[in-house]
Amino acid sequence: MSFKNLDQLYRQVIMDHYKNPRNKGQIDSNDKLTIDMNNPTCGDRIQLHLEVKDNVIKDAKFTGEGCSISLSSASMMTEAVKGLSVDKAMHMSEIFSDMIQGKEFDEEDLDLGDIQALQGVSKFPARIKCATLAWKAMEKGIREDQSHS
Amino acid sequence: MDSQAIRNQFPILDQQVNDHQLVYLDSAATSQKPLPVIEAMNRYYREYNSNIHRGVHTLGTRATDAYEGARDKVRQFIGAASAKEIIYTRGTTAGLNLISYSYARANLSEGDEIVLTPMEHHANLIPWQQAAKATGATLKYIPMQKDGTIRLEDVRETVTEHTKIVAMAHVSNVLGTINPIKEVAAIAHEKGAVMVVDGAQSTPHMKIDVVDLDVDFYAFSSHKMAGPTGIGILYGKERLLENMEPFETGGEMIDFVDYYDATWKELPWKFEAGTMPIAEAVGLSAAIDFLQDVGLEKIHEHETKLARYALEQLKAIEGIQIYGPAERVGLVTFNLGDVHPHDVATVLDAEGIAIRAGHHCAQPLMKWLGVSSTARASFYLYNTTSEIDALVEGLKKTKEYFSDVL
Repeated sequence: MSFKNLDQLYRQVIMDHYKNPRNKGQIDSNDKLTIDMNNPTCGDRIQLHLEVKDNVIKDAKFTGEGCSISLSSASMMTEAVKGLSVDKAMHMSEIFSDMIQGKEFDEEDLDLGDIQALQGVSKFPARIKCATLAWKAMEKGIREDQSHS
Repeated sequence: MDSQAIRNQFPILDQQVNDHQLVYLDSAATSQKPLPVIEAMNRYYREYNSNIHRGVHTLGTRATDAYEGARDKVRQFIGAASAKEIIYTRGTTAGLNLISYSYARANLSEGDEIVLTPMEHHANLIPWQQAAKATGATLKYIPMQKDGTIRLEDVRETVTEHTKIVAMAHVSNVLGTINPIKEVAAIAHEKGAVMVVDGAQSTPHMKIDVVDLDVDFYAFSSHKMAGPTGIGILYGKERLLENMEPFETGGEMIDFVDYYDATWKELPWKFEAGTMPIAEAVGLSAAIDFLQDVGLEKIHEHETKLARYALEQLKAIEGIQIYGPAERVGLVTFNLGDVHPHDVATVLDAEGIAIRAGHHCAQPLMKWLGVSSTARASFYLYNTTSEIDALVEGLKKTKEYFSDVL
C-alpha cells in the first residue's frame, strides 16, 4: 500500500469535515436526546444531541474527541440526518453500515452526499469502528426515544 | 547480540506488509514467536498430545512430564523456591483476578486499603476496584511524578497500617517506567501488607528473582515473552497460596469428591481446574530456553540501547510529545502534534510499520497524561536501530501527509 491508497481513506471531503466540523456543539433545548458513546478499543468518545419532533430529526449536534475518521463521520452524519424522518435516518444508518463493511448497498432514494467519501474506509478494517461510532450513537438515541414513547 | 541470527529465528518478521518490509514495533502488545517455540508445540501435537495427570498410558506420561517440567523451568526462570508456588493461568489478567477473588475477598474488610499507582494497566486495576466494592475496602493511589515515576517517600506516605495489598506494575506498559519493586515490597511488608506485582511487561525483558524482590505474588504472561498465547503464570508464596481457596473448581483440581462435598489437591494443582493449556506450557518452556540462551541481561541491554536511540531520534521530530522517564524499558509512547494516534498508526501501517494506538488499557493513566490516546512503539530482542530509523522516517512522512490534508 502506498500513500495513493491512503488518499482513498483520507479523501479531501473527509479532511474538510475533520478540519471544519459541521454541527459541533450543544442543542439549546430542554427537549433533546443526549447520547454518550465510546469506542472502548481506542478511547474515542462522542456526545451526540438529537432533537426529535413528530418523528423527524429537527436538529443534530455533537462534541467529542477522536481521530479524523470518527470526527468527520460524526460531522457528516449530523448533516445527513437533519430533517430526515426517524425511519429514514435508521435506514440510512443500515446502508452506511453496509457501505463501510464493503458490502453491496442500495442507495435507493437516499442522497448519501459527502458520506460516500467514507467508502474507502472499508479497505481499512481497523478503522471501520471509527466511522460507525456516530451512527451507532444516533441509532441508540432513536431506539431509546422510541422505547420511552 | 547478532541481530540477524536472532531475526532468522522469527520467520514472521521476514515478510512484506503493504509492499514494505514489515517493521514490527508492537511487542508490548504481544511478542513474536521464535522457531524453537513453534517447533516444540508442533512436536507436542504430532508426537505426544495427551491429557495430563490421569492417563496410565505412555503418551499421558510424556505429556505430564513435559507439563510439569515446564513448571520447574518457570520456577527456575523467576528464582522461586518451589514448583508449588508456580500456578499456570490463562495470563496476567487471570492471575491477578485469582488473587483478587481468592486472597483479597477472603482477607479484606471495611477500613482496609488497597494501594495502587495511576500507571496501572486495567488488568491490575479493575480486579482491585471489584475487590474493594465487594469487601468495603478503599483504593488509594501513590502520587506520580511528572516524568511518570514514583518516589519511595510517597510510597511510605501512602501505605499505612490499614493497607492490606499493594499492587503495582513492575514495568509500565505505557511509560516504560521500571518501578522499584524490591523497595516498595519492603515498605508494604513493614506495614503488614502483601505485595502484588503485575510482571507482564518486565518478565520478557529483564532477569526476575522473586525471592530477591521478596514479593508475595507475581503475575505474568507467556505471549509477551516469545511464548504462545493462552498461558501465563501466577507466582505466590507457598504459605499464602496454602491458605487460599481455589478460584475455579471442577475436574483435575480435586482430591476426593462425594455427593455434598469435595477436598482439593495440594499446591499447585488446587488452582488448576479443568484441562490446562498443555501445548502452551511446552511452548512457554521452549521460550524460556530461547531467552536464556540469548541471555536476559543481553536482551535488557539491547533494548535499553534501542530505547535510548529511539528517544534521541524521536525527540528531533518537531511537534512530537514523548511520555515517560529517561530511564525505561524498550518502548516509547508519544503523540505527533494534533495528528490523532489512530491516523498516525494507519499511515505507518501503509509503510509496513506496526505500532499500537489507543489508550493501551490504561484509561486512568491517559486521564493523568491529559490525553485520550497515544501512539506507542515497543521493541524486543529482534528489533534493530534501522527499524527505529524507519519509524522516524514514517513519522516524518505522516507529518507531511497530514500537513497537506489538514
